Amino acid sequence: MEFFVISLLNGLSYGLLLFMLSSGLTLIFSMMGVLNFAHASFYMLGAYMGYSIGRVTGFWVALLLAPLAVGALGALFERLALRRVHRFGHVPELLITFGLSYVVLELVQLIWGRLALEFHPPEVLQGPAFTLIKDATGALGLAWGAAPAQVCQAAGAVCSPFPATRGFMMLSAVVMLVSVWLLLTRTRIGLVIQAALTHPETVETLGHNVPRVFMLVFGAGCALAGLAGVVGGMTFLTEPAMAATVGSIIFVVVVVGGMGSLAGAFVASLIIGVVQTFAVALDYSLGSLLAQLGVTLSPALQGNTLVKMTISQVAPILPYLFLVLVLIFRPRGLLGTREG
Amino acid sequence: MKFVWKSVVTASALLLGGAALAQQGEVVKIVRIDPLTGLMGPVGTNQDKSYKFFAEKFSGKGNPAGVTFEFRTIDNKLSPTESLNALKSALDSGVRYIAQGNGSSVTAALLDAVNKHNERNPGKEVLLLNDASVDPDFTNSKCSYWHFRFDADTSMKMEAITTFMKDKPDIKKVYLLNQNYSHGHQVAKYAKEGLAKKRPDVQVVGEDLHPLAQVRDFAPYIAKIKAAGADTVITGNWGSDLSLLVKAANEAGYEGKFFTYYAGVTGTPSALGQGSAGRVYQASYLHPNMGGQMQQWMNEFKAKYNDDFYTGSIPRIYAMLGAAMAQAKSTDPLKVAAALEGLKVTTYNGEIEMRRLDHQLQQPLYISVWQKTDAKHSYSPENTGMTFVQQVEYPNYVSSTPTSCQMKRPGK
Repeated sequence: MEFFVISLLNGLSYGLLLFMLSSGLTLIFSMMGVLNFAHASFYMLGAYMGYSIGRVTGFWVALLLAPLAVGALGALFERLALRRVHRFGHVPELLITFGLSYVVLELVQLIWGRLALEFHPPEVLQGPAFTLIKDATGALGLAWGAAPAQVCQAAGAVCSPFPATRGFMMLSAVVMLVSVWLLLTRTRIGLVIQAALTHPETVETLGHNVPRVFMLVFGAGCALAGLAGVVGGMTFLTEPAMAATVGSIIFVVVVVGGMGSLAGAFVASLIIGVVQTFAVALDYSLGSLLAQLGVTLSPALQGNTLVKMTISQVAPILPYLFLVLVLIFRPRGLLGTREG
Repeated sequence: MKFVWKSVVTASALLLGGAALAQQGEVVKIVRIDPLTGLMGPVGTNQDKSYKFFAEKFSGKGNPAGVTFEFRTIDNKLSPTESLNALKSALDSGVRYIAQGNGSSVTAALLDAVNKHNERNPGKEVLLLNDASVDPDFTNSKCSYWHFRFDADTSMKMEAITTFMKDKPDIKKVYLLNQNYSHGHQVAKYAKEGLAKKRPDVQVVGEDLHPLAQVRDFAPYIAKIKAAGADTVITGNWGSDLSLLVKAANEAGYEGKFFTYYAGVTGTPSALGQGSAGRVYQASYLHPNMGGQMQQWMNEFKAKYNDDFYTGSIPRIYAMLGAAMAQAKSTDPLKVAAALEGLKVTTYNGEIEMRRLDHQLQQPLYISVWQKTDAKHSYSPENTGMTFVQQVEYPNYVSSTPTSCQMKRPGK
């Protein structure tokens, strides 16, 4: 049971990190029709800036400043490069963000080196957020922070601490989700953004500066990625390959959730996070499945790599399988509204 | 007439003398093909420094042949394909000694390429000096005359681990977590064989393979290990795959033992921290408190690079190459290979032998445990205040394992 709870929390926290990333991507896409290939690069920039700023100011200030800096860079990129390319259509826009991702990768390696940085979480976030305690009778208990040693050492008791960094990751994602949602639905600027989404010309005739709204949205999307970068870089690893590792998965999230749908991205990130985490725990293979169905296999077939392969071994490719299935059976994504 | 005789004698004496010292002063170029970037970059970078450090120590008067060692690394990004390109460029620049260690997948590709090259280019043979790649296949089914392994292979280290486990009755449930490539598969295979032989009562409660140098988050694996009720984990993981695993284990409060091959490698000591004291074991041919010559080298290395030296096969490669070149009176790989076969030299922890049968170095192995430093064990990797303390030493004859190698020697 505590295995289920801890795995669920691990999956949810990873899923929420994916959501922090993909929310910005999907926001930009729904607004401007730009599929930002460099989005994961802004995530990486967030982590590296968080590390560098944090060394001077401490982590908490960096958590605020790094996303702002990344957002400013994103806005600058939109103003100076993307806007000029905009009039040539979507393919040049796609290509320029594609190019940007390579430029950012090389720049990061030039500035910070090719090896992983030691981005340690602050004192408060080191150690467990809470501990699940299963006592000898099997009943589950909960203790905030680290559980007292005598409880865990009691006969039959099992303690499962949940790291504070992951708790913080979940918390910041939820806070972010709520504030973005409030901003979009409850504020004036949110209304303008929503209107510019569907009727840019009308909004422009009403006297709003639509290009500036676009710049702000692009900047805000990048800032969200930057925030995810600071949190993710601290929890996992800050290294030059970090953009590449999430880069493809956030596209899966956005496509599965439905292009441009914030709610869809939320659902898809949670599904992918949880599925990937639980897949690691499943030791079923084609062979064991057939054996359970009563099919006897020849020794040669039992030794076959494909037959032996367990779900836990294929866990890393499951999201992509999911992507293919969604594209075949529901091309607009889970909660998407547009067709194709 | 007398004069003629005299000059003939002098000339032949000169020739003989010259022949005896033909290799003296020659430059021996060694190129290592290994990662300097990516997740495993820190390991390759440390070993690059180690090779350079010992090239200085062993050059000139440092070796009986009087040759000068020149060393450089070509970054292969841990990719077999990139490694083959690197090999090509090394061969093109006239290098005849190739070193490699990280990633059996890379070793397999290089071994194949070196075999083909030597077959097609007689007179231009190259040797593959394997300093850390431990897949037993390279000295068994795939054994090659051109390959020499200076590390102890998986079967030898697992022999040491399982022999040690014989006296640890509290180990009851073992979990095998390894990287999904040849090395990881071999560790899992030999662990199961060794346990079945020496501790048939031990239950293997789970077995997992994860992608090499890809996983950033080991929390799901740790949750699984805990749920399986394992009190001990055996892992051949190295580099980030081990340090992130230990980090996740500490965060999730896993209290079991770890039997590792590479806990002393860059990044892992810091991840182990104080929380893992007494629970993490390492099977290796070197530990940080060897005393003697090795201790001096380690201290000097730390003073020079502010980094820890842990790849003990590197000084042995230089020592054996020097001895073999002196014996062969040449730096020609063909002659040096013949001299290396069966060669015995004494290095920092006694006599080691390059077994003629399969080119596997026979050497003592140690099981050491992670604990606080004290007066007797003062060297602390990565300044953690902790160190590895020797539990047992297995001399050559204990750690030795049989081979099935049918060595094909040139010209026979």
